[in-house]
Amino acid sequence: MKKTLIALATAAIAFTGVSGSAVADGERFVLVSHAPDSDSWWNTIKNGLALAGEQVGAEVEYRNPPTGDIADMARIIEQTAASNPDGIITTLADPDVLSGPIQNAVAKGVPVIIINSGTPEQAADVGALMYVGQPEYDAGLAAGQRAKRDGVGSFLCVNHVVSNPVVGERCRGFADGLGVDLGTSMIDSGQDPAEIKNKVKAYLLANPDTEAVLTLGPTSADPTIQALQEMGKAGDIYFGTFDLGTEIVKAIKDGTIQWGIDQQPFLQAYLPVIVLANYQRYGVLPGNNINSGPGFITKDALAKVEEFAGEYR
Amino acid sequence: MAETQTAAPPEPEKDERVREMSRMRKALIRPELGAICGTILVFMFFLGIASDSGMFAAEGIINWGTVSAQFAIIAVGACLLMIAGEFDLSVGSMIGFSGIIIALMSVQWGFPVWFAILVAFALSLCIGALNGYLVIKTGLPSFIVTLAFLYILRGLTIFIAIATTRKTIIGGVKDVAEGDPIAWLFGGKVFSGVFVWLADLGLVGTFVAGPKAGLPVVEGIPMLMIWAIALIIFGHILLTRTRFGNWIFASGGDAQAARYVGVPVSRVKISMFMFTAFCATVFATCQVMEFGSAAADRGLLKEFEAIISVVIGGALLTGGYGSVIGAALGALIFGVVQQGLFFAGVESSLFRVFLGVILLLAVILNTYIRRMITGER
Repeated sequence: MKKTLIALATAAIAFTGVSGSAVADGERFVLVSHAPDSDSWWNTIKNGLALAGEQVGAEVEYRNPPTGDIADMARIIEQTAASNPDGIITTLADPDVLSGPIQNAVAKGVPVIIINSGTPEQAADVGALMYVGQPEYDAGLAAGQRAKRDGVGSFLCVNHVVSNPVVGERCRGFADGLGVDLGTSMIDSGQDPAEIKNKVKAYLLANPDTEAVLTLGPTSADPTIQALQEMGKAGDIYFGTFDLGTEIVKAIKDGTIQWGIDQQPFLQAYLPVIVLANYQRYGVLPGNNINSGPGFITKDALAKVEEFAGEYR
Repeated sequence: MAETQTAAPPEPEKDERVREMSRMRKALIRPELGAICGTILVFMFFLGIASDSGMFAAEGIINWGTVSAQFAIIAVGACLLMIAGEFDLSVGSMIGFSGIIIALMSVQWGFPVWFAILVAFALSLCIGALNGYLVIKTGLPSFIVTLAFLYILRGLTIFIAIATTRKTIIGGVKDVAEGDPIAWLFGGKVFSGVFVWLADLGLVGTFVAGPKAGLPVVEGIPMLMIWAIALIIFGHILLTRTRFGNWIFASGGDAQAARYVGVPVSRVKISMFMFTAFCATVFATCQVMEFGSAAADRGLLKEFEAIISVVIGGALLTGGYGSVIGAALGALIFGVVQQGLFFAGVESSLFRVFLGVILLLAVILNTYIRRMITGER
């Protein structure tokens, strides 16, 4: 038994050596996200992070709370700071919970860049160097205004991460952009594709005069596309979505989806690494925050998007 | 203490009903022995691969210590309940529920924080009692009943939060908790002076920038840890030094036999369900006070983390055997492994693979040691 244990421990150590990020002579940057393991959207972030790390010759690590629990994320940030990295790139999914640990990291002298969630103001409040991302409410608002111009008056928002208020801001922004009350327009769809599909169907059957559908990411968009196809409403109902994925790109192409909003996650991971590396090496720093989105993606100019959807787009 | 509270009448020096056992053997068949070995192994492992990563500096120790303390708080409740022969899968949902109740009452409805905390405790104790009552009354496995409450509480939490605030995270608790008579019991930090002194000696690092410059990176021992230690001591004494502790073992070992000899099995089990709920609420309150906000998705999967800690700690899934110290060590192993892997720079998607392997190893080690020493089964 003892021998087995020692062998296992040795194997585990060897395993660690192999699985640890490629060792580089350069700096060590850690990206902490709020995403649960199940959220595939963040794969693009990982790709952007890895590519940037490779290009500048820095060691990069990706960390996230497995269940998406923000309180667990706070511990990860505390702990990342304790491991003395050369820079932390993190989301600010819930300022109440995260600002303390982030401020402590900043006070320890670790440069921090906020990406994805949060606002430029919040980033400045915690002492971060800058904010790189797409302000969620504003993106929703822009989308709502666009839909209003296209003649939409009512909508259904399919929210697959109802527990994350930042994502819900998109629905609120959209409703405000349309100039309608959010009311019962937002449904909690859950994460399971079959459930999402049937919930969308049920809602549209119960509210047949719904003029538009807004989905908040591939998780809810893909089943919604199917639901609309099965109901014969594809292309008939105004359909906008956040984020991109293979299915979404296909649907934009065939006219089921009018537009997709790309916040360009690739840039959200890629740019901070470049910025931090140059900040550490030469002390240079762009003077402004960087808006990676919103960019509306319509049927035109889909070729590059199609090629890299889910990978770098 | 032991003598005064033992139910049995004074017995003669030698009693044929009591099997003689050497001190050595008695020490070795303790349920937590496996967990002790596991703890040593895990620490050796991380000292080997992550000693230069800051994991064993003061800041790092507080980090994995806090995480372990979190596990320990819910593990103590889960441990006693499991020894009493039942499970509670609603622990995780209870954490989210209690947190939202506190934040909702204090921030949204303007009640004082201490009152919100008391209401949250009262509500969770009621739900715990209801859990227990349903298990006893219906005779259904606690697995099913508490699984139902896992969903009921989670759904209710999300519903209440959205119905009242349109959001699933309620923030701003820090502001309203300012100067509250009991809020500091859950969110405060103690022994700050010690760390300032240690920082002066150069043993603890200091902040270099911003308004905190010059202060030690560790502000103090979080109350969360104090709660964990207090609950462990309470649970251990309750289980090993009191008549009630014997009742817990008896209820979990063979409930019918226990009833025959006059153990109030229903009462024991219901009160253990209530204690589990209490622990979950302690966890939730500490979290809300520390972070200043409550979210409807807090505590996801924590029920399993509690059970894992208890099982690593040597308790039997079938009840009637286990120890609080073991569960606490299980929580320590879990916390150290979980955080240690981050320090060691393990790719995060592999983290759960590792955790599973270590869990399996710990339980195998546990069982193996117990069998080897006791020659049982």
